[in-house]
Amino acid sequence: MPVLRRASDLAAFAVALFCAAAASAGPPERVVSINLCTDQLAMMLAAPGQLVSVSHVAADPRVSPLAEEAAGFHLNRGQAEDVHALQPDLVLAGPYTSRYTVDLLRRLGVEVRELPVAGRLADIPGTIAQMGAWLGRESAAEALIAEFEAGLARLTPEPGTRPRAVLHYANNYTSGAGTLADEILGLAGFVNIAAEEGISGGGTLAMERILMLAPDLVITGQRYPGASRAEAVLDHPAMQTLRARRASGVSDADWVCGTPHVLSALARLVSLHAEVR
Amino acid sequence: MRFPLLLAGLALLVVALFAGSLLVGPAGIAPARALAALVRGEGLAETLVMREIRLPRALLAVMIGASLGLAGAAMQGYLRNPLAEPGLIGISGSAALGAVLALHTGLAAAFALALPLAALAGAVVAVGLILALAGRTGGSITLILAGIAVSAMAGALTSLVLNLSPNPFAAAEIVFWMMGSLADRSMVHVWLALPFMAVGWALLATLGRGLDALTLGEDAAATLGVSLTRLRLMLIGGTACVVGAGTAVAGAIGFVGLVVPHILRPFVGARPSRLLAASALGGAAMLLAADIAVRLVLPERDLKLGVLTALVGAPLFLHLIYRTRREGL
Repeated sequence: MPVLRRASDLAAFAVALFCAAAASAGPPERVVSINLCTDQLAMMLAAPGQLVSVSHVAADPRVSPLAEEAAGFHLNRGQAEDVHALQPDLVLAGPYTSRYTVDLLRRLGVEVRELPVAGRLADIPGTIAQMGAWLGRESAAEALIAEFEAGLARLTPEPGTRPRAVLHYANNYTSGAGTLADEILGLAGFVNIAAEEGISGGGTLAMERILMLAPDLVITGQRYPGASRAEAVLDHPAMQTLRARRASGVSDADWVCGTPHVLSALARLVSLHAEVR
Repeated sequence: MRFPLLLAGLALLVVALFAGSLLVGPAGIAPARALAALVRGEGLAETLVMREIRLPRALLAVMIGASLGLAGAAMQGYLRNPLAEPGLIGISGSAALGAVLALHTGLAAAFALALPLAALAGAVVAVGLILALAGRTGGSITLILAGIAVSAMAGALTSLVLNLSPNPFAAAEIVFWMMGSLADRSMVHVWLALPFMAVGWALLATLGRGLDALTLGEDAAATLGVSLTRLRLMLIGGTACVVGAGTAVAGAIGFVGLVVPHILRPFVGARPSRLLAASALGGAAMLLAADIAVRLVLPERDLKLGVLTALVGAPLFLHLIYRTRREGL
């Protein structure tokens, strides 16, 4: 028994030493990201060779605007075992990453940082700065923030009428007041009818209600491969008729994360606004 | 004279519930405007709501409810067992498996009729298996056990297919395929199901005389010129058509085929032929009522129809098992 105890003590000591070494060093050298939104910011800010792996979701063009870049990295599935094997000195996660994964990685002595979700456009510079500080890439972050703020300033809402718009995703899901999508719609000069209907955050809006409210613009969620009943509502004859008579757009990868890519979504909406008016 | 009166009463109930189904919904259209939109197409939004959303929903409730009532009454008449019901003995579950396979192999996207046809094939396999395992000579226990086995297998394979799908929403739809729902269906689904159901209704409707004769025993039925083989084939074909087509568009809805014949049996005497017609109307009424209820209870949540039908049907099923045991069958 004494021998065993000594061996376990030694192991604990080694782990502690390793952690201390990792924590005391300068910028992290082996960064692994396991969340779609941290994937994007890390790819935009990391020094060459600093970022080792991003989540496999980042390589899916349906949800990731940086899918091509992501294909050049090792793609992880966000499982603790698979992440640990990459020997990272920093793991980037989101607030909705599985608690079990984060806790297990921390118990294994891996440093895990969780980036808060940018729920408003005004939060985006803060999250960029935070990511820059974690990666030791403050100057790159400052440049990206300046670029984002300049881009945002160029896309100011046009004065005039405010056409009404709705976001229609699978299962009749929609984004109401207080969401990033709602803010983007408002900034492009649209009124979000889901917010008018009293929906705050995410919620559902029955197809019947959408038809009765007769929005000027219908933004539809994108389709995934394979069949699903949830997405069948997007192609329901009634919605097809509505879209044929009004303007329509697609909510794509640029809408998903609070990163500078939301500016592309905003730019497309601003041009739709000119069309609808 | 009591039987025509019963049919007229049930038909009136179906008409009233059909009208109710057309008038209930989150759009909040006043009845007069709803009628004008439905019949004359007044108002773009109202017309779309009435003709493309509520009308198919009400039509499907009638079609599927009638199918389930009819199939339940026919199976119970043939097996002379009140526990036989398409949902409970795995026919609906197998049809759902067929539908899910057609959808997720891409067959249904390539060829629209593949969806009802695959569901029909699933239902044929299940009815065939059930009749082979627990034919007219097996008792209630054999029937229930065979039903459990077929249901479990079909349910597991359906979940497997949906879990393997690359679509992120597919796995969440396991509950739709097992509980059924009519939310957001369209006229496309009505036209997809109707031809198969019409064939099935015709096949099942011709069973009446044979099932009546069967109440006298197999030998007596044979002397009356009833061919048991032909009867069985018509039953398999008819049940598979109606349950397969219904499940393909609305998922597996259980207990309708159990509850409705059970309630109506005392009113039609011991005549299976009369029970067929009454159960078709009763099934339509029950599913219309359930579909109105899911919209009133939880208007925004798409509560599944099978939840309501099981809440009514499961206690009745237990009662039937208790009574069957007491009678020593």
